[in-house]
Amino acid sequence: MITVQEKKRIQTEFQDKMDYDELLNCMRCGFCLPSCPTYIESGYDEAHSPRGRIALMKAVVDGDIEPDEDVKRSLDMCLGCRACEPVCPSGVNYGHLLEQARDIIYQNHQLTASTKAIRNIAFKGLFPNQSRMRTMTGLLGFYQRSGLQKAARRTGLMKFLPENLRTMEQVLPEVPSLKQLKNRPDHLPSLVPQKKKVAFFSGCLMDSMFMATNDATMKLLQYAGCEIVIPDSQACCGALHGHSGEKQQAKELAKRNIAAFETSGADYIITNAGGCGAFLTDYDHLLKDDPEWAPRAAAFAVKIKDISSVLSELEFDKLPLELPEQIITYQDSCHLKNVQKTFLEPRQLLQSIAGAQYKEMKDADRCCGSAGIYNIVESEMSMQILDYKMEQVQDTMAKTIVTANPGCLLQMKLGIEREGLADNMRVVHIVDLLLEAYEYARQPVGS
Amino acid sequence: MLNEALKRQLTAIVGPENFQDNKASRLVYSYDATPQFQSMPDAVVAPRNTEETASVLKLCNENKVPIVPRGSGTNLSAGTTPLNGGIVLLFKHMQDIIEIDEENLTITVQPGLITLDMIHAVEAKGLFYPPDPSSMKISTIGGNLNENSGGLRGLKYGVTRDYVMGLEVVLPNGDIIRTGGKLAKDVAGYDLTRLFVGSEGTLGVITEATLKLVPIPETKKTMLALYEDIEAAAEAVSSIIAHRIIPTTLEFLDRPTLKVVEEFAQIGLPTDIEAVLLIEQDGPEEVVERDIAKIAALCRENQAIQVDVAKSEVEADALRTARRTALSALARLKPTTILEDATVPRSKIAEMVRAINDIAKEYDVEICTFGHAGDGNLHPTCLTDVRNKEEIHRVEQAFEAIFHKAVELGGTITGEHGVGAMKSPYLHLKLGEEGIAAMKGIKQAFDPNNIMNPGKVFAKSERKRVVVQP
Repeated sequence: MITVQEKKRIQTEFQDKMDYDELLNCMRCGFCLPSCPTYIESGYDEAHSPRGRIALMKAVVDGDIEPDEDVKRSLDMCLGCRACEPVCPSGVNYGHLLEQARDIIYQNHQLTASTKAIRNIAFKGLFPNQSRMRTMTGLLGFYQRSGLQKAARRTGLMKFLPENLRTMEQVLPEVPSLKQLKNRPDHLPSLVPQKKKVAFFSGCLMDSMFMATNDATMKLLQYAGCEIVIPDSQACCGALHGHSGEKQQAKELAKRNIAAFETSGADYIITNAGGCGAFLTDYDHLLKDDPEWAPRAAAFAVKIKDISSVLSELEFDKLPLELPEQIITYQDSCHLKNVQKTFLEPRQLLQSIAGAQYKEMKDADRCCGSAGIYNIVESEMSMQILDYKMEQVQDTMAKTIVTANPGCLLQMKLGIEREGLADNMRVVHIVDLLLEAYEYARQPVGS
Repeated sequence: MLNEALKRQLTAIVGPENFQDNKASRLVYSYDATPQFQSMPDAVVAPRNTEETASVLKLCNENKVPIVPRGSGTNLSAGTTPLNGGIVLLFKHMQDIIEIDEENLTITVQPGLITLDMIHAVEAKGLFYPPDPSSMKISTIGGNLNENSGGLRGLKYGVTRDYVMGLEVVLPNGDIIRTGGKLAKDVAGYDLTRLFVGSEGTLGVITEATLKLVPIPETKKTMLALYEDIEAAAEAVSSIIAHRIIPTTLEFLDRPTLKVVEEFAQIGLPTDIEAVLLIEQDGPEEVVERDIAKIAALCRENQAIQVDVAKSEVEADALRTARRTALSALARLKPTTILEDATVPRSKIAEMVRAINDIAKEYDVEICTFGHAGDGNLHPTCLTDVRNKEEIHRVEQAFEAIFHKAVELGGTITGEHGVGAMKSPYLHLKLGEEGIAAMKGIKQAFDPNNIMNPGKVFAKSERKRVVVQP
């Protein structure tokens, strides 16, 4: 329950901090409605649409309603996929409004003990701290390799976890050992005549649990003609914090990253996680009220580029790429598409692979329901969205689903597990597939 | 407020999951796409079928509780804002295509179906449903029927009304009636079908409709004509029609509108000229070729500085789609955009465009104009700020002057958006007091307790803006 005191504080802060011009910029035409996954999946409930949420935010500012449980529910239910933004003719920055509203609510509302504990572990303990992230991943590796995982599954211990967490446990990738996690390069040369100097944003989850994908990313960059620097002092991008009402922490992380990359002298800062990339490009907005950091954030933000975008620019798709015969399909990363506007490049790259037949799935740009920690905290809606997604995937008859963000990758794996399709369908990150295609094309004939 | 007994009864009819009355739910159904109008309903109810709809109406009629039927809330005349509270009726459970009859060329649908979904289903069968309101991706057929919506293809093909053959309607007393049918000819009694189409939810609730389909045109071509002079563009419109050519679409966009639409759509629209005409013709290939060539010549005769024919359907579709975003894109410029849809006979279009510009100057307000120039239906849109009371007052005066001018030219106060609450104070300009009295008589006959969408169409004497009443 939100107490009377909390409601008052939230309302006052809404009045002080919400961007009223931006709220008025929504002229309520409803063009966003067909693009909103929660509006569709809730059976066209306006309270779960972008237009409805903006109306609620404005009503709280105007004092027409209190920020009660139902208002919070509407905002919590939002995936934050921002699919409403590119279709908005008025150009409303919905993502910024949502972030601000959530920040105010979560900073002023006493959460239940368990929710608070989860949030604290994730936001304060784990993600900002790369060495803890590594330790955590190391522990997971120990769990997977020591037989504990088998034991846990055999003893039925897993039954005590909610269904989607249980499946999630099964789909986590086999993680690298602690030793591997600690020996990360900080500089790599181009393997062909150099075209660009880039800095690599390795990301916290990507550089631990998905280390192999990071390695593949760097290899591709080297093959495409990039010298790579990987600043050691970089941190988590802060997206999870920013999207979940922990804006202050997100700002601290942003400053650390800006400082880490400022002296790299790189043409671009490369990311391979759509979620991180979008948040990094938003640093200028995040720090807009900080006179010292605002210009530095802007200089940082313009350099952010997704791996598929830089590969496309360097004409990686003109190199020989080949795979055994198979159908592949692509699931957009919401933030890569809706915020970074990168959606043609990954498709171009995939279509250039000989042997693979690219088939676009229906509504490929609709969110898969992963959305940060959404699939854990709003699992019912998340699974409903995932079920729809899996229907579209299956219609393509694809063997390989390609994603561009770790959250989407895990969610799609979850989808495959839930549908019992693990034997004839796989999910890969686009860079892993491109590396596979690059190497397959170069195999000696007959091997 | 609804009393507890009534809430229990409504919940019993539609099921607990389809009755909502918490504040957040009520707030998100307190508005439509019309600026400056907002009012909280007492509850939001979603019946699952015609019978439940009838039970809800009967109950509300007995208890004199207002009912506002609502599609997707894209209305532009405040027609779906619950100004007197009561119940907002949703059709999210009634979205089915009941039948596509390929022998009689009809489609029978439920009101909650999204317009574009229906158009896609129809076109998959090689058939054509022409009415295409700009909001068709969002709007429902029920909303289109109640508002008698138009669209870009209205010039050649007419509006929603011209495609409605039969309806199932629930009356306020709970009676379920059927009007018309799959009949090319039918003169059995009054034409209630036409009466309900465009009645803005003030007479009853449409629960099913049978619509006419036509064969899909063989080809279509789309072109843009560029002008340095707004009035020259308007003259070209009249000239095309006077030369006995009826294009499918003949749209007008002025410079500021072009600029914001291009900013959003980024398809390479010209932004350094005063106006464009977006023209489309469909039909057999040789007719389309001939008409497009003639239209291009007429545009040039009327001072077009450039005429470009779209090279592909992709390009043409991008142009049409961009045009549909005009109103919302204008919202980029100012916090509040207020639009009207005064309509004049086609021959008067240049005169009307001139008058709008003069009126904007006279009242010192910023008006952009776009619209369906070919059928005389313009959308002068005022860019303003709802917080600036003094300017809003001038905006209202300017629109009043525009309405007077339109009627003076033999036109009307609204071509396709409906009267709703926004234009009700001006209805008398078009109908006269006797005309309004005749319409009130009809309203009284169907809805003696005035529960159906009260406060719409017929106005209190003065123009009154309503704020949220929690």
